[in-house]
Amino acid sequence: MAEFRTCPDTGFKIDLAADKLIKWNAVTAVVFLLVGGLFGLMVALTRWPAVHLLPADLFYLALTAHGLDVLIVWIVFFEVALIYFCACVLLNARMVLPKVAWLGYILMLGGAAITNVAVLSGESSVMFTSYPPMMAAQEFYLGIILFAVGALLACLVFFATIITAKKERTYEGSLPLVVFGAMTATIIAVFTILSGAVILVPTWLWSLDLLANIDTLMYRVIWWGFGHSSQQINVVAQISIWYAIAAILFGAKPLSEKVSRGAFLLYILFLQLASAHHLLVDPGISSEWKIFNTSYALYLAVLASMIHGLTVPGAIEAAQRKKGFNKGLFEWLRKAPWGNPVFSGMFLSLILFGFLGGITGVMMGTEQLNIIIHNTLYVPGHFHGTVVVGTTLAFMAMSYWLVPTLWQKELVFPGLAKWQPYLFGLGMGLVSTFMMGAGTLGVPRRHWDMTFADATLGYDFPAAANLMMGLNGVAAVIGSIGAAIFILNMVGTILWGKAKVPAPAAAAEAPAAPSVTGAATSYGSAGTMEVPGTFVLALIFLTAFILYYFVNWKYLSGVWGLS
Amino acid sequence: MSDESRGDGSIPLMQQLLDSPILLLIIGVASPAIFYTLWGVMEIISIPLAP
Ligand code: HEM
Ligand SMILES: [Cu+2]
Repeated sequence: MAEFRTCPDTGFKIDLAADKLIKWNAVTAVVFLLVGGLFGLMVALTRWPAVHLLPADLFYLALTAHGLDVLIVWIVFFEVALIYFCACVLLNARMVLPKVAWLGYILMLGGAAITNVAVLSGESSVMFTSYPPMMAAQEFYLGIILFAVGALLACLVFFATIITAKKERTYEGSLPLVVFGAMTATIIAVFTILSGAVILVPTWLWSLDLLANIDTLMYRVIWWGFGHSSQQINVVAQISIWYAIAAILFGAKPLSEKVSRGAFLLYILFLQLASAHHLLVDPGISSEWKIFNTSYALYLAVLASMIHGLTVPGAIEAAQRKKGFNKGLFEWLRKAPWGNPVFSGMFLSLILFGFLGGITGVMMGTEQLNIIIHNTLYVPGHFHGTVVVGTTLAFMAMSYWLVPTLWQKELVFPGLAKWQPYLFGLGMGLVSTFMMGAGTLGVPRRHWDMTFADATLGYDFPAAANLMMGLNGVAAVIGSIGAAIFILNMVGTILWGKAKVPAPAAAAEAPAAPSVTGAATSYGSAGTMEVPGTFVLALIFLTAFILYYFVNWKYLSGVWGLS
Repeated sequence: MSDESRGDGSIPLMQQLLDSPILLLIIGVASPAIFYTLWGVMEIISIPLAP
């Protein structure tokens, strides 16, 4: 039978098996963020023309390791911790099949280790996309396959746990919104992993010489069903965290449960189709397929993102106004806890994701516009705006709450933690911006030497492009310091953090506790739509969106002069 | 049909869908598998081979 402990801060009943699994997955995630982040810094320093740190072969090795360890390993381990947290802790439920969850953990860790060794030994610098006909060592594919099987087991445990929780009536009525979001992420994960299996297993056989040929276009279509959908897991996980933090810090309830759930449903139906935006310039696939998947269907998913982007700050505004922060349009926002990294990280994630990742994503997902930036540094610029200042920053914000709560320890460096989200958000936000700037000037992605020193046909980028790459290097250093402070704080807290004041003393000053358990674990809307500040923010966002979108059409018309 | 919706009391259809993880899982896998994967693969298969 499952054993439980009661969390003195929140009153959550936590299954001990789940507790352990959440902790191990989260810690492993952070370790890989450290490894992958270091590779990222080396890549950025190589692309800084004045520094040009690594030789060519090591550059591609580092780029491969960076993509794998941050995009896949850090993110997915954290997501496993997150879905276990949502299924078990937020539902007050026991974890079903903890042994399977451990098997999943071991497969993921083993797989990550195997692939890393393959990359570090230098035989697999194929980048994380591993497009054939480039072939990596067979262990490279094997490791990813094992990792994916482990992640699929985690999805299984999640579904088994929420279904059992319903049967055992550990919660009433519908799933709480945050858990519903986690379920949406897990559903997308199942499609993601199945796509990965369908393409990586044959590719592995090909690397073992058991299969003669992998069709390159077929690979790209199915691989992106995996590669892109995995990014959508991140988006959904990050949005669930926004809702969770709004609930935890403010007792905020969504403006409308129905609308928010409807938006998640739009994700389930349409978000994954956007995988097609990676194939917009591939020959052989029809415009009908491209446009259906990246426009008609996708815009419904974009609509869903804008709904979440509106309703999360709206929920916070409604909760703050209820507490009396009613002056003017923005008192509720000015008087928010900007010194608390849980809040500042979450709110920066929301803003930066919207402006840097979201707007640019819609632009580049448009078939005609895509050609302006295809395969330039604009692309990594865009996705450091989604997966770094959006997802990674949201995960960091959540960790500032989760780690002290689960381990019952005080943060070791609270002073540094206060600044960390700004440092990381600003640094990486600038990385994203400068890469996009350089990309607009034509600088290619995944390229060791933009001076083309030993090329037969030379090419000179405008001086501004070199400047951007230098500034990108500086911003990368700032962002990396931010990442390092986060890692130091997490590891330090777990290893040397002071134990929190025991429950009785804390209980006296804990009016926040019921709101945590209340707003994050139950069904219910805020019951108001009077959030004028949020609507003003939304209008600013829409204006920026529309301007940026149409400026790029103008720009497209100038890409090829016709006379 | 009307039997079904009466059988569950007054829970609206939409909410029944949202409360059913397995149903959502099925449509969440089926939708991209059909529109993205199947359709895409069929287009690639129907590209004529060079003689
Ligand atoms: C320490 C902070 C980071 C720095 C300084 C950094 C910097 C960079 C740079 C300069 C590139 C190379 C672009 C190119 O030459 O094509 C890159 C690629 C990439 N980064 Fe980061 N990054 C950081 C964190 C992250 C994080 C947290 C993630 C994901 C969660 C991420 C995901 C990626 C991916 C997927 C690529 C593409 C690799 C490829 O093209 O194969 N990065 N990064
Ligand atoms: Cu994508």
